[in-house]
Amino acid sequence: MNTTAPIIRAVKVAKVYRRGEEEVHALRGVTLDIMPGEYVSIMGPSGSGKSTFFNMIGALDRPSSGEVFLDGRRLTDLNAAQLAWMRCHNIGYIFQAFNLVPTMTAQENVAIARIFHGATPAEASELAAAALDRVGLGHRLRHVPGALSGGQQQRVAIARAMVNRPRIILADEPTGNLDLHTGEEIIALLAEMKQEYGVTVITATHDTKMLSASDTVVWIKNGRVARVAKRDELQIEIGTINGQALA
Amino acid sequence: MSFPQQPPHAHHPMDELFAQRPEPPPGAADAPGLPEIPEHAPTPWGVAFIVSWRSVRRRFFRSLITMTGVILAIAFLTYMRSTDAIVHSLVTADVDELNVLLQKNGVDILTAGGTDSRMILLITLSLLTCLVGIINAMLMSVTERIKEIGTMKCLGARDEFILKTYFIEAVLQGVLGTAIGMALGLLIAVAVARQAYHGYVSMFMPAGAVAGVLTVSFLVGSLISILAAIAPARWAARKQPVDAMRVEE
Repeated sequence: MNTTAPIIRAVKVAKVYRRGEEEVHALRGVTLDIMPGEYVSIMGPSGSGKSTFFNMIGALDRPSSGEVFLDGRRLTDLNAAQLAWMRCHNIGYIFQAFNLVPTMTAQENVAIARIFHGATPAEASELAAAALDRVGLGHRLRHVPGALSGGQQQRVAIARAMVNRPRIILADEPTGNLDLHTGEEIIALLAEMKQEYGVTVITATHDTKMLSASDTVVWIKNGRVARVAKRDELQIEIGTINGQALA
Repeated sequence: MSFPQQPPHAHHPMDELFAQRPEPPPGAADAPGLPEIPEHAPTPWGVAFIVSWRSVRRRFFRSLITMTGVILAIAFLTYMRSTDAIVHSLVTADVDELNVLLQKNGVDILTAGGTDSRMILLITLSLLTCLVGIINAMLMSVTERIKEIGTMKCLGARDEFILKTYFIEAVLQGVLGTAIGMALGLLIAVAVARQAYHGYVSMFMPAGAVAGVLTVSFLVGSLISILAAIAPARWAARKQPVDAMRVEE
């Protein structure tokens, strides 16, 4: 197996929205390779095109021009049902607001993802229990999201993302609704998933404090990649200027 | 002597899950000759039913608002038609004392028992109001849950699953509302009749006719719930996965 093949390849990805008469260029040609097993942080202020880019590589939105390849497939070639299959089988999503279904228990929230994957409810429940145990919530299976803390809810979301054994985890501001300490725990858990299961983790963030786990940091500004930094360069900078000037 | 280093979760069931994962495609990001993406399997009705049932149960107050329209309309329908059946039964009983009571209450003994056109108009209007009410309440409930639908789609839910879930939810609420409305309408009809005709009501209770009334009420209520469920469920199914990313709560 050629391990140098990127799991995600974006080629000149551009996105133009129409807002009335006005044309909004959210992305102006982003080219980027993400390698399997990498922990990538995408940084950028709101309005930078970061979220738009995130949606493109997450098979949630289509580019106006350019190509996105995911796990060997050209996403622009796929129809809606095939994209749903790709999302279900290859990507685990984590959201800022956790996005758990409030009427279902932690176990049901995780199991439903596995049911979409094709498992029977019984199999799915069993796997959901295992996944929740893996993120340290084996004792909270029957709790509804409302009875869990923010950090615990985000752990349920991680279990839900992992239960379909994805190749990629896409986390959109995963620590945005959490305090610093809990946020660091979540980042550590994501890093652990990468380490143990070889999952590619891609997070969008604007918090420089969350960069420590990253192998690569990508800055997006005005719809373009402003800068790509690898871990070793980064640590020097974080050590000297605490990364503040970078964001 | 050295011990092999064990990861903290050495034999976790999750490890096995990932161990079974097929190898990623070799070569470039665009790997030619990858197998065709298989048909994404539909999710069984049973699962959709459980999801809907949870939602109706845990959002009971919200469901009650949706149900109110059906409850009132079906209660009205059941009340009107049961009263009619009861009075008709009392008229045909032809007891002297009862005939006096009937006349006192303005019932024309010779013509009673037929459903007049004004009543049909009233019932039809109330049912239409009920239909619009359910559609409106369901559309609101879909809007409140756009993010939830988007999340389900991110996880791999197909449109048909969302469609099933919201359809079942509307029908569940409709059928529950119909049942409550039937009970309410019948109770009121009997109570009002007893006020006017006392013990004669139980003596000449037209069980068969009332059962017929209840059956019709149930069918009408269910039909309206199904009709009202179609548009909101289709609207919900058309929501996009990217809606999960919405920031506002």
